[in-house]
Amino acid sequence: MIITKQKDIIELLRSIDSKPVFLIGCNECATLCHTGGKDEVLALKEALVKKQIPVSGWVVLEPACHLLNDKRMLKEYTTELSKTEKVLVLACGNGIQTIADLLSEKEIIAGTDTLFLGEISRANEFDKRCMLCGDCLLDNFEGFCPITRCPKSMLNGPCGGSSNGNCEINKEMECVWDCVIQKLKKKGKLDVLLAIQKPKDWSKASETKWRI
Amino acid sequence: MSYRSNLEKVLSEGHFVITAEIGPPKGSDANKIRDKAMMLKGCADAFNITDNQTAVVRMSSFAGSLILHHMNMEPIMQMTCRDRNRIGLQSDVLGAAALGLRNILCLTGDHQSFGNHPAAKGVFDIDSIQLLQIIKNMRDVGVFQSGDLLLAERPCVFLGAAANPYADPFEIQVDRLRKKIDAGAEFIQTQSVYNLEKFSKWMDDVRSQGLDKKVHILAGVTPLKSVKMAERMKFHVPGTDVPETVYQRIKNASDPAKEGYVIALETIRELKVLQGVHGIHITALFWEQIIPSLVKDAGFDTRS
Repeated sequence: MIITKQKDIIELLRSIDSKPVFLIGCNECATLCHTGGKDEVLALKEALVKKQIPVSGWVVLEPACHLLNDKRMLKEYTTELSKTEKVLVLACGNGIQTIADLLSEKEIIAGTDTLFLGEISRANEFDKRCMLCGDCLLDNFEGFCPITRCPKSMLNGPCGGSSNGNCEINKEMECVWDCVIQKLKKKGKLDVLLAIQKPKDWSKASETKWRI
Repeated sequence: MSYRSNLEKVLSEGHFVITAEIGPPKGSDANKIRDKAMMLKGCADAFNITDNQTAVVRMSSFAGSLILHHMNMEPIMQMTCRDRNRIGLQSDVLGAAALGLRNILCLTGDHQSFGNHPAAKGVFDIDSIQLLQIIKNMRDVGVFQSGDLLLAERPCVFLGAAANPYADPFEIQVDRLRKKIDAGAEFIQTQSVYNLEKFSKWMDDVRSQGLDKKVHILAGVTPLKSVKMAERMKFHVPGTDVPETVYQRIKNASDPAKEGYVIALETIRELKVLQGVHGIHITALFWEQIIPSLVKDAGFDTRS
């Protein structure tokens, strides 16, 4: 899932600058992250109205990253959209760009910061798991991704800075290499770490279009 | 027998080697390096020039190494993978070798979040083990990482790596050393030794696998200058091990710097007789002026 966090309301108010605004949310990732679902869109609407900022309308797209669905759904809001120059989007960076593409005349305000592709590890807690590199290496690391989860993306780790299984960069983050090692140890397969992992092929990460 | 560097020569001849670290300045004054180098001349067989250590911007290791080389002192150019991708690193290896630099220490590098530009984007295209292997292949096989061929002269360099006997988890650290040797490491400089017992245990494992015969191990020595430094090393620097006894000695000393010096001397004496240790690597952080007397008091002759 694409993990997002809402931008600070003060920053959003600065971008809106007291002008009327139309709000857009997303029914998938941003809903699960509690950053751009119906509840959050309505909460933001209320906060803006309190600040005397007119909200011309709102919609939660299904999902915001689906260009054709967006086109169809936004048609129903032509009147509301015509009353405003500004559209604030509570979706991931992809959703925001799809809207910007569709509403090219409008000023698009990004309502979120897109953080990572990750899992919902518990209620309201998310952990980074994948950086979409285009060439999955999980088979080599017992299902853990050091490219994503090691701050130095070390394929021949660990770096030597971790302590008690936690990363030296952020004590709240587990050392992914420790995870790999513990799993291999349980299986009695620590010797697989002796194989030197070759430099990664990053050319696969530069795909920009894909057709089935 | 022809050697690639003086460091390789003295190690191969079985001498107990001393290397010392010189940190380049936060500025472009070459004399800052020259002054430190003059002070340390004769104290060590080769001198590490750090590569933006702890991710703080300083004069480049390449330039610092060259300044030393022009003074007829032998540098060990440190290279980290934090700031350059495989293209930049390989290019600098060719450049360094072309200008006469003969020792390279391959490191992954400290994360940028520890330094003075925490907003920087770290590169980390490859890691230290991959860097070792890439340079070894450039030198021995004549190919770049991509498989493309080198066309004019292979870089004739002596390759080193770091090892940390104190890193977590302890049980894989010897395997990790083996992996660095397999990748191309010919000499190793270890994390600073304060916990001799643990270091000896690591060396036992190293010897039991015969790795001391495959690589030259130089044990790290960093004199503790103050209580503050001891505390930083003990509680804050990842991957270091300052035992309580050492910490208490510094803490209770009327002159902590003097006590730190004595501890460093004792450590060197122990390391000198530890089987499989081929030398020491002195990193005197912000205290380089102590190195000449430390080397002399430890009973070492002046180096040519």
